[in-house]
Amino acid sequence: MSAAHAYHSLPGPQDITRRQLDNGIVVLFRANFNSPSVVVSGYLSAGGLSDPEDRLGRAEFTAQSLLRGTQRYTFQELYDALESVGASLGFGGGAHTTSFGGTALVEDLDLLLDILAQAIEHPVFPVEQVERLRTQFLTSLAIRAQDTARMASMAFDRLVYARHPYSLPEDGFPETIQAIGRPDLLDFHRLGYGPRGLVIALVGAIQPQQAVEKIDRILGSWRNPDQIAVPDLPPLQRLPGVITDSVTIPGKSQADLVIGAAGPNRKAADYLAASLGNNILGQFGLMGRIGEVVREKAGLAYYADSSLGGGVGPGPWSISAGIDPANSERVIDLIRSEIRRFTNHLVTVDELADSSAHYVGRLPLSLESNYGVASALLALERYDLGLDYYQRYPSLVQSVTREDILAAARHYLDPDRLAIALAGS
Amino acid sequence: MPHTVTRYTLPNGLLVLLQEIHTAPLVSHWMWYRVGSRDEAPGMTGASHWVEHMQFKGTPRYPAGLLDRLISRQGGYWNASTFLDWTVYFATMPSDSIDLVLDLEADRMVASQFDTADFEAERTVIISERQGSENEPLFLLGEAVQAAAFQSHPYRHEVIGSLEDLQHIQRDDLYSHYRTYYRPDNAVLSIAGDFDTALMLERLHQLYDPIPVGGPPPRLAQPDPPLDQPQEVIVEGPGETTYLELAYRGPAAEHPDFWPMTVLDSLLSGASSPSLFGGGISNKTSRLYRALVEKEVAVGVSGDLLATFDPFIYSLGIVLPPDGNTEPALAAVDAEIARLQDSLPGNDEVQRALKQARALFAYSSESISHQASWMGFAELVSGYDWFATYLDRLAQVTPQDVQRVAREYLLPEQRILGLYLPTGEESELDD
Repeated sequence: MSAAHAYHSLPGPQDITRRQLDNGIVVLFRANFNSPSVVVSGYLSAGGLSDPEDRLGRAEFTAQSLLRGTQRYTFQELYDALESVGASLGFGGGAHTTSFGGTALVEDLDLLLDILAQAIEHPVFPVEQVERLRTQFLTSLAIRAQDTARMASMAFDRLVYARHPYSLPEDGFPETIQAIGRPDLLDFHRLGYGPRGLVIALVGAIQPQQAVEKIDRILGSWRNPDQIAVPDLPPLQRLPGVITDSVTIPGKSQADLVIGAAGPNRKAADYLAASLGNNILGQFGLMGRIGEVVREKAGLAYYADSSLGGGVGPGPWSISAGIDPANSERVIDLIRSEIRRFTNHLVTVDELADSSAHYVGRLPLSLESNYGVASALLALERYDLGLDYYQRYPSLVQSVTREDILAAARHYLDPDRLAIALAGS
Repeated sequence: MPHTVTRYTLPNGLLVLLQEIHTAPLVSHWMWYRVGSRDEAPGMTGASHWVEHMQFKGTPRYPAGLLDRLISRQGGYWNASTFLDWTVYFATMPSDSIDLVLDLEADRMVASQFDTADFEAERTVIISERQGSENEPLFLLGEAVQAAAFQSHPYRHEVIGSLEDLQHIQRDDLYSHYRTYYRPDNAVLSIAGDFDTALMLERLHQLYDPIPVGGPPPRLAQPDPPLDQPQEVIVEGPGETTYLELAYRGPAAEHPDFWPMTVLDSLLSGASSPSLFGGGISNKTSRLYRALVEKEVAVGVSGDLLATFDPFIYSLGIVLPPDGNTEPALAAVDAEIARLQDSLPGNDEVQRALKQARALFAYSSESISHQASWMGFAELVSGYDWFATYLDRLAQVTPQDVQRVAREYLLPEQRILGLYLPTGEESELDD
């Protein structure tokens, strides 16, 4: 195949079906007949931003309860139906949305969709199952407390997002999980779940018309006049300077370090420039400049990289490393030096050419699986990118300049205003 | 969907598996070497994994930075993995730039430099990788269980190696390990995707024909005798969560019992894919989930049957709730195993496991990368037919077969019980 053929084969208006059902649900579909399987993925407009502080984790608790029993099926009946045909379905509560994802052989798509509809429309939150889930959440939180990466990330969020809902973990704390009662789950479902804002992507071995009809048949009649909107995010406070926090977890060989600040949201005009800059800073090749300095030259970490987490809101722009605690000051100095260089000087012509080529070249690979395509379709809808986005993508990437990257770097990162979080022994 | 596979051996013994798939403009390239922790003597544990790291440090033609840069520029993804029996280097690339990978992979089969400074820098990187794993209770428990499960077979140590060996291995010893096992006749190359088979074979001849036959490398591994008594290992560490691991010696991938054991695992702990990419479905209707989690003596259970060259272990992992006791969980597992040994499972249960396997097989064959991986993986652990006949072999399993392997493999007197007991130390904020 030629390169031109490669980009013509990317998802676009010619092969993506987008339909809005009468109740507001948006359906996205792309066929793939190369595998006898199908993927269903999507999100509802209900998330942890609505959680009261003393009931933190409510959105996640609700999401995990959906398959614990519905008006028509018991917990065992739901899972027996799914597992007997090798299908899977799962839910997760995020800050802005509740997401879902499942897969099945195409011959079992009706079953998968039926269970999905039952779970989101008619969950009954059986008392016994809620209590069993509570125990499982508490165990997860005890495991989280021993996870140096998670604890460093939580400490980082507390620093960067002070007095902002992003400072709080979506899976809550033991005391908030203990406080959540079945009525809280019922209320959250009644007021948060509904067709408005629901987006569902389907990818697999069926025809477009069939796909839309199937979803319309199972979810098209859903109405919820009580559905309320997810609250808006408050403004973010600027970091006052370099602020640090550390969490001691006894008996750990390695410490995890997170350094950074808040980055752009996905719709920001400078998002793509920030993303390419981040690739140069801590991803390209074996983890970009950060990997070169911390891992390759100094041998101070197995992993040392950067990430840009922007979505609906301003996610973190952070650099993470797993290090020997004895080396923490040395690694922090190296990373801060790299941030200073990144915000003081243009990236080189070669660096930008490398990362641009990487972004354009990797696109077909990221769309190799049904899950990859489904995620890509959902991103189009969530961030208003347009159905032709992946076909415009190469020119969008190639239009980003070195000056754009420096401006984005300076806008979000300041070596003298950083959050530094460390967790370990 | 079935695609034709070309199986071809080059004059120097390099086995090549090629599968044309023209659904996306991609090629996935997997170079497998028959070397892993199975080939490591005491004192050299972790050597295969360390060699894998050094393979990214460059050759005279492809210096380290250039290598990463060239692959990444094309939008390719590449990485490597070391396991008990093998080491694999994989790259998935836009099809018009696959020649880069073809060339560099042939080059680093023989020309990696192992510069002393790079070698020493990588020592600390790998020790850091090990320290990251040591943070995980399940790594510590798994390492202890593996050590108890084998007396002399190298499967008794973790792939990453012991800290002591990582501190003492010398550059020349590691280079010797590389030269001993990185030979065309000790390798399998599996490539799937958007290419022409005849042109690909011609190119592979050009690249690999100059590399001479290496001859069979030494093999250390001799299967251990059966365990003559049950083992119990206790690991204490931070946290509040108790973990259990129960392990039994299992069959090798090419042993006929591997298939009934796959069904047994599906019945006991839920279906999982044997492919390199793992994956599975939920296991909430499995026998052990019902007996342990539904009865609230555990919060999670999983099973692990790996496809290995020599007999490895079949293990069950259990997570207890806060303040949970080990005794009821162990009693429930024993009762479920006894039930499987005493009563034939229903044919419907076996057929259900087959359907699950068929679905998981379809998911794991979805992408070009997975197809290339499957071909090479199967060849390494048994032979290409292992992949081609995977579902047929499972379909032949009967309830009697499942009961028989439950009786033969899940013996209480040959069980290794591992316990991770938390010391209860909690994390705290320092400021």
